[in-house]
Amino acid sequence: MADSSTLNAFVAIVRRDLLLAYRHRAELINPLAFFVLVVTLFPLGVGADVALLKRIAPGVIWVAALLASLLTMDSLFRSDFEDGSLELMVMSPHPLSLLVLGKVTAHWLLSGAPLSLVAPLLAMMFNMEAEAIKILLLTLLLGTPVLSLIGAIAVALTVGLRKGGVLLAILVLPLYVPVLIFASNAVDAAMAGFPVSGQLYMMSAMLFLAITLTPWPTAAALKMSLS
Amino acid sequence: MLPWLTVLLIVLLAYGLYGGLVLAPADYQQGDSFRIIYIHVPSAWMSLFVYVVMAISGAIGLIWHIKLAEIVSISSASIGAAFTFLALITGSLWGKPMWGTWWVWDARLTSELILLFLYLGVIGLYGAIEDKRTAARAVAILALVGVVNIPIIHYSVEWWNTLHQGATVTKFDKPSIHPDMLIPLLVMAVAFKVYYGIALLMRCRNELLQREQNNRWVDEILEKL
Repeated sequence: MADSSTLNAFVAIVRRDLLLAYRHRAELINPLAFFVLVVTLFPLGVGADVALLKRIAPGVIWVAALLASLLTMDSLFRSDFEDGSLELMVMSPHPLSLLVLGKVTAHWLLSGAPLSLVAPLLAMMFNMEAEAIKILLLTLLLGTPVLSLIGAIAVALTVGLRKGGVLLAILVLPLYVPVLIFASNAVDAAMAGFPVSGQLYMMSAMLFLAITLTPWPTAAALKMSLS
Repeated sequence: MLPWLTVLLIVLLAYGLYGGLVLAPADYQQGDSFRIIYIHVPSAWMSLFVYVVMAISGAIGLIWHIKLAEIVSISSASIGAAFTFLALITGSLWGKPMWGTWWVWDARLTSELILLFLYLGVIGLYGAIEDKRTAARAVAILALVGVVNIPIIHYSVEWWNTLHQGATVTKFDKPSIHPDMLIPLLVMAVAFKVYYGIALLMRCRNELLQREQNNRWVDEILEKL
């Protein structure tokens, strides 16, 4: 029955993290506010030209989503590292990579998912058409989990450091590049009326690759940070 | 070992530079300004080569806990970053007369720039962790993640095409570059590899002495110098 107890551990981790977040509801709003704020800065910066804003909208929204997700990454293992529960997870009989996957799942449900749901609203403020907004939402739902999974590796590497903040950004952002390119390219193509299935397949491939591969280095990095 | 390598480097550099800058004919389109290729292309090749060396030796250190492999891995990082920087600078200098601009957001330039950031991340992470053995292992994990990602980054960046000329040397059947130009280029590539070997050995020696500074054999070596 080892399998079902491992699955139970996965579910327990997800539930625990969701519950913990629910107890600190106010903190959940901050990344969303940051996301909306960054997107709002662009019209103020480049001017209110509707055509221009519409053209840069996919890129702007995606870059803002990237930064917002980066901002939330630091909290992924921080409190567990400080109160010692991370050490218990490392010592538990269940594979650490699976527990890590549970933590990342919960983290995505709390950061990436709400972010994706707010994005269509912003897209409307940039005058994007309904069809393109649908694709934008789809790319965000496919892409933000990849961001969380890749970011988890870098967070695990830097969790033991006192000033890991800027370093985390330098480690993570180059690895985010493929997601950004495919996602904003898909939305651009959708706005121009081209088919986007190629980009969406590519992003799905990246998502499944990330789900299967990234928990291993993350677990290895956590063990290293704790030793 | 080092003196021999140094002699080899001087010979190769002298031949490569003379062949490239004096003997090779001027390009029929680009005139003499193509000659920066003898620095640009070898350093671009090295920037990728060094990253792979860094990742492989990092993996060896991670798996078999060999200290020397960790040291090779981390000593490669700043050399590789230097090669990447050199490739970017010379490319930019070459771009000005050819394309009329210092920088274009072209696929290869962009992925080279991202490679530089990957190197900087490795160096930054190594510097940030106090315990150097832990740091070396962290860097190894990061380098391995990077190695998986570099092809993905490269091909995704390749997507939005590009001013950069296509590959001229790696077309094995019939290189579209004249042998008089090609041979000095290959000699320069070997010279850059030898230089990397020299720099790596020196950096490894320093790093090793620094790490083991509390041991008596380090004192004995230092007294001899």
